[in-house]
Amino acid sequence: MSANIVTIRNLSKIYQQGDINVTALDNISLDIASGEFLALMGPSGSGKSTLLHIIAGIDRPTNGECRVQDIDVAKLNESQLADWRNQNVGFVFQTFNLIPVLTAYENVELPLLLTRMNRAERRKQVEIALEIVGLADRAKHLPKQLSGGQEQRVAIARALVTDPALVVADEPTGNLDSHSAQEVLGVLRTLSRDAGKTVIMVTHDPKAAAFGSRQIHLEKGELSK
Amino acid sequence: MALPLNYSFRNALVRWRSTIATVLGIALVVFVFVLLQSLAAGIEKSSSNTGDPRNIMVVRKGSTAESASLISRQTLTEIRYFEEIARNENGEPIISADVLVLASLPRRDNSGEANVLLRGVTARGMELRPQVKLAAGRWFEAGKREIVVSAKLAKRFANFGIGQSFKTGSATFTVVGWLDGGGSAFDSECWLDADECRSTFERDMYSSFLIRPTDEAAGEKLITRIEADRRFKLKAEKEVEYYRKQTMTAAPIKWLGGFLAVMMSVGAVFAAMNTMYAAVGARTREIGTLRVLGFRRRAVVAALLLEGGLLALVGGVLGCAIAFYWNGYTTATMGMETFSEIVFEFRVTPKLVLEGLAFAVIVGLIGTLFPAIRAARLPVISALKSI
Repeated sequence: MSANIVTIRNLSKIYQQGDINVTALDNISLDIASGEFLALMGPSGSGKSTLLHIIAGIDRPTNGECRVQDIDVAKLNESQLADWRNQNVGFVFQTFNLIPVLTAYENVELPLLLTRMNRAERRKQVEIALEIVGLADRAKHLPKQLSGGQEQRVAIARALVTDPALVVADEPTGNLDSHSAQEVLGVLRTLSRDAGKTVIMVTHDPKAAAFGSRQIHLEKGELSK
Repeated sequence: MALPLNYSFRNALVRWRSTIATVLGIALVVFVFVLLQSLAAGIEKSSSNTGDPRNIMVVRKGSTAESASLISRQTLTEIRYFEEIARNENGEPIISADVLVLASLPRRDNSGEANVLLRGVTARGMELRPQVKLAAGRWFEAGKREIVVSAKLAKRFANFGIGQSFKTGSATFTVVGWLDGGGSAFDSECWLDADECRSTFERDMYSSFLIRPTDEAAGEKLITRIEADRRFKLKAEKEVEYYRKQTMTAAPIKWLGGFLAVMMSVGAVFAAMNTMYAAVGARTREIGTLRVLGFRRRAVVAALLLEGGLLALVGGVLGCAIAFYWNGYTTATMGMETFSEIVFEFRVTPKLVLEGLAFAVIVGLIGTLFPAIRAARLPVISALKSI
């Protein structure tokens, strides 16, 4: 294992729900090594998705520090965060979150529109990404013309098309049948093992977690193991 | 970096029902706006298309229109031999003393009576207005109770067919011809012999003089001379200027067009807003995803504005196209200067089309702005959790 890509120290997240403070994360410290495939487990409401969102720069901690590639993500403003996410993080969601009116190719190309790549360079990258997930022949299909497993693979292609160091996946197999889930988990493991990407995956499913190189558990906002 | 155009375009197509409703709403507003403005443009065009730049028009000071003007025969005698006035080959001064009378005549469709402007005109008057041509039949002959009516009025009034007769004043006139005013205000007139007109309607006074000066400088001098002479109490100006100012009739139509357009556009803005709020509501998670991928707030706002603007533009094109169907259609209204029926054509000009399209896009953008800003302001995490 190489150097840490994520360093979390004394991280807390407290939500205000009316007059009540709800502690989602309570004083968490964690290191994630580069190239690791980390499975983040825990029951509903344990704070695992909140932790993933803070690492990915789409939520901010109440206290503590979360450094990704030595950058304190919480200190970036909205625009800097948008650029940072585009360049450093690939996202895979439980519900795929593909843009329904765009084809598989156009969905994968979206993050590249924010880079300085020209059309030919973008085309090359998109084709490689779709090739990796085994969907080069589905490039012109709209999301509704794909199966759930294929949609999630397109989402993975979109996550890796910018060649980010970090791929975060929030319950990526939650909406898939077991066969499709195996395919998607296989792709994520390949990304970590063969391409050296750091993958952080939130899951309820122990079978899915078993694909990870390390598993950690959250319970009521605290690391339990 | 902006979102691809395909994104805005296809989103509008996907929810085609609400897209069609919005497009039709905006089309209706633009249609009403362009049609009413084209009415006003038609009236203005009719006025501005009238007259010869060389001619001088003389009416009584303070009168707003020829038909409301009275000039004594004595005045004609004094003015007609001014040296600034050109003379024809027979050495006669080129001046026409016209008599204008309003006659209430029955409409062709039995919808009651309306005022028609009758112009008692001399041979000189016809020479001074070469743009008025005979469309059918022949010109009237003096002393025979004959009249030539506008071909456009003939379609709107009873007994205006060639060979037909109608009674007005103390006489019955026979229609012997139809005149074509070439899109000018004369298309709303009937012409008869000036002396016959005066005797039939018992007018001792003239309504106006139309004069051809010897040249441009003489024209200016004549205007100054007539206006400066306190005995006459007359107003003189170039004929084209006189008609250009006769736009009072167009003003309330323009105002009504603007007012209706503003009122209806409020409804259209809400319709567009409703559509876009619904569109944004249904796509909250999608917008959250775009933000996660790195698209900034302004890119999301721009994409939604583009979508709203696109819908509005299509509505604008449709509205203009429907309004254009009426381009050239002849209609009539009561003239506010003469209180007589004036005929004119709807004129959907390129300027009006551009105004209609700009109006549509503005309505679309205003309707989209608030939903777009709301969508962009939503925190990413809240947007992603949206169902």
